[in-house]
Amino acid sequence: MIRYALQRFLGAIPTLLILIGLAFIMIRLAPGGPFDAEKQLLPEIEANLRAAYHLDEPIYQQFGRYIYGLLQGDFGPSFQYRDHTVTELIMSGFPVSLRLGGFAMLLALIVGVSLGTLAAFRQNTATDYTVMGAAMTGISIPNFVMAPLMILVFAVYLKWLPAGGLGDGSIRNLVLPVIALALPQIAYVSRLTRGSMIEVLRSNFIRTARAQGLPMRTVIIQHALKPALLPVISYIGPATAAIITGSVVIEQIFGVPGLGRYFVQGALNRDYTLVMGVVVFYGVLIIAFNFLVDLLYGWLDPRVKY
Amino acid sequence: MSDPTRIPAAESPEQFPEGRSLWSDALQVLLQNRAAMAALIILSIISLLVMIAPFLSPYSYDFTDWDRVSEGPSLATGHIFGTDALGRDLFVRTLYGGRISLMVGLVATTVSLVIGISYGAVAGYLGGKIDHVMMRIVDILYALPFMFLVILLMVLFGRNIFLIFIAIGAINWLDMARIVRGQTLSLKNTEFVEAARAGGVSTARIIRRHIIPNLLGVVVVYVTLTIPQVILVESFLSFLGLGVQEPMTSWGALVNEGAQEMENAPWMLIFPALFLALTLFCFNFVGDGLRDALDPRDRSR
Repeated sequence: MIRYALQRFLGAIPTLLILIGLAFIMIRLAPGGPFDAEKQLLPEIEANLRAAYHLDEPIYQQFGRYIYGLLQGDFGPSFQYRDHTVTELIMSGFPVSLRLGGFAMLLALIVGVSLGTLAAFRQNTATDYTVMGAAMTGISIPNFVMAPLMILVFAVYLKWLPAGGLGDGSIRNLVLPVIALALPQIAYVSRLTRGSMIEVLRSNFIRTARAQGLPMRTVIIQHALKPALLPVISYIGPATAAIITGSVVIEQIFGVPGLGRYFVQGALNRDYTLVMGVVVFYGVLIIAFNFLVDLLYGWLDPRVKY
Repeated sequence: MSDPTRIPAAESPEQFPEGRSLWSDALQVLLQNRAAMAALIILSIISLLVMIAPFLSPYSYDFTDWDRVSEGPSLATGHIFGTDALGRDLFVRTLYGGRISLMVGLVATTVSLVIGISYGAVAGYLGGKIDHVMMRIVDILYALPFMFLVILLMVLFGRNIFLIFIAIGAINWLDMARIVRGQTLSLKNTEFVEAARAGGVSTARIIRRHIIPNLLGVVVVYVTLTIPQVILVESFLSFLGLGVQEPMTSWGALVNEGAQEMENAPWMLIFPALFLALTLFCFNFVGDGLRDALDPRDRSR
């Protein structure tokens, strides 16, 4: 097990380096420096600024400096918000995004698995078709289309829930964003669960369990669920990436002050270091999550050999 | 298309029964799939509308009707979907937005197709160490958060429509490469490939003439599922304001504008959202239908 974990961990390192390298190269290749937007600076001042941000060093040295900083949790200064470092901005936005994304993931797994299991048991009935039709709709309609429509119906017309912002911080404010973020994932998870559950239900050990006269509930919970959930587990990695990406627009639409909103603001303001910081931060997060899911999978599936 | 090596067909028609090819089989299955056929018809209508857009309305996509700013849908004024906050005709803008969205879908999918098929087929056919290295590279790239890298690219190099095409296409080839490689691995041990190899055909020619044509079934399915994904990525970028730039538009950009005005002008949100959702929905249905028809592994449904 430890060898397997170590192997996976070593496999993640090149991905990380390539991610950071790509982001770094892109930033350096970008036309126009970070100081172009301002009024013409005196050459001496510009030289001083470049020296202060170490832009006058050779590129490999800058890269080394950046990696060294990252290892200490330092993403460098923000070019737009002059008083803050990128690390400060990330740390102020991330907790909000984490809460949003965490709830969405939980909702997606619970609802998705339940619906998928239900559809599998009522295969080719009206229930099955309804669930799968709804899932297809959930996959097809992007959440940045769904979210404004939800605001229009539930906040503007029905006035049940607030339209945006965190307000007084109560959970009511998170209901719409969490649902909007979770819907496509609910759809994917339920389709996955249905497919694998149908396959598991056809297998011999389930027939044996049923032949022994076990009640249906016991068969599902004790025998069918665990093998049927394996594809869902391996989907958690991509789902995390999708939820993180989705939360960028969802935060924008609902005015949630999370990391995604900083990211979009930074992107529109051409705040290079902030954008790069968030890309690297989320990249590391996604890669780390994939690593954990790999371990979990290896632990749950007896067929995986170390 | 004359090919000297091809044996003339139907030399002795009485000896062999009419062969049923994969394609004619698949067509039968597909024709019976009502959802997929309906989706196909709707998609054709949308494509047609988008193509003949300039002839359908007296207004152009960037014409500002100052007397009719933010007016609701009305047959009397000729703005059948209403106008936006700048008095531009929403019907025409929705169709022009569709041009961009569908074009991105086609071009970016083609880019990913070309890269994915060549990469996958080469890796699968050559096998051994080369295959191992090539697939390790795919694994590494797979774990990258590409959406963020594309956004970074947009931020750094400006919002250029061709850059969007290439960037999106360059993201999506990984799945294609994996699928194609898997298929190639099983194809390369078949008798007809062995025969070609024994006949001294070069590797490049075997890949081009024997491997790739036999991959087409899987590829077609995957393409129909890639197009909606790609349209989605473009809309996502445009929604954030990083995609197509004014006065040109795409469905994502229109949904974004609509979302900002939805309290006074809900039609600005509803029409583009409807077109985008319907298109994605139909592509997914056609893709599912094609998979049932073409992918023998998935016959269980």
